[in-house]
Amino acid sequence: MMISGMILYTIASIYLGYSFIKDKHKTKSALLKSWKMFINVLPDLLAIMLLTGLALSLLTPSLISSIIGESSGFLGIIYSTIIGSIALVPSFIVFPLGHTLIQNGAALPQVAVLMSTLMSVGLVTLTMEQKTFGRSFAYARNIASIIMSLLFAFIIWVVMT
Amino acid sequence: MIKLKRYYFFFILLLALLFIAFMNQALAIKTVQLTGKSILDMLFLLPPIFILVGLLDQWVKKETLIRYMGEKSGIYGVFFTLLLATIAAGPLYIAFPIAVLLLKKGASVRYIVFFLGAWSTVKLPVLVYEFTSFGLKFTLIHICFGLVFYYFTGILFEKFYSQLKLIKVDTTMKV
Repeated sequence: MMISGMILYTIASIYLGYSFIKDKHKTKSALLKSWKMFINVLPDLLAIMLLTGLALSLLTPSLISSIIGESSGFLGIIYSTIIGSIALVPSFIVFPLGHTLIQNGAALPQVAVLMSTLMSVGLVTLTMEQKTFGRSFAYARNIASIIMSLLFAFIIWVVMT
Repeated sequence: MIKLKRYYFFFILLLALLFIAFMNQALAIKTVQLTGKSILDMLFLLPPIFILVGLLDQWVKKETLIRYMGEKSGIYGVFFTLLLATIAAGPLYIAFPIAVLLLKKGASVRYIVFFLGAWSTVKLPVLVYEFTSFGLKFTLIHICFGLVFYYFTGILFEKFYSQLKLIKVDTTMKV
């Protein structure tokens, strides 16, 4: 997380400096645009993060591991899909969480579908996504991501267990 | 006043949290800690991403972007989209406003779907972590299958959604 942040800051500063030297006015309107985008997503962002925080503190790793253990089978896959589809969580939180779950005794295909849906399917963010792309596209994208996650887990099941 | 209205949902959640604090203090504290941490993470990661997007908006001409991400961009489209999607950090909903901007600049629906899919599948900064905790086989299956799947999803979605239709939704929202 720190490293990727550093890289992003370095790239952004270089481009920003270059842009400022070439055209101050354009740079100013670019920053204004960035600020507007930020202000636009902020309300949804705060609400989403609070909801995600609540979900993550309710569903502790040991609780999830007990639901999707080695013997949970097909039902475990279903539970993983449901839990994973609640909110969109960034990958630098998802992978450590998945790792903890495995250590707590969760099965690999179930963790695979959980991680994949956590990163790509979000019911909490669906309103925001609908506002951005329209209802039909938002639903279709989330459904496609559920299908992707299930197929991915199936491949892991066949190849790695 | 109108701006505060947009925080409506957030305030309701805060009230709910207050209510939880009365019922179960430990749970409320944990929620505040987790949420606080992710808000700090976001405040750290978002500025450079949004600055880059703002600069892209000002400097990259529509014709240029169409060449890289438009309907006829071919293999360039795949690489350029992958580069954009995998470098940036953060959850998928950060990618939504970026996707809209790319659409407005003339990116095709196929690459927008691929962009969102790649964003949620491959993150270069986290790749090392995935590889060390889940192994090479797992990581390769995840990345290769995910990218192929979303590329074909993009081709499929292109038949149902047009660029203009998706942008139209956005402009009506920003009144």
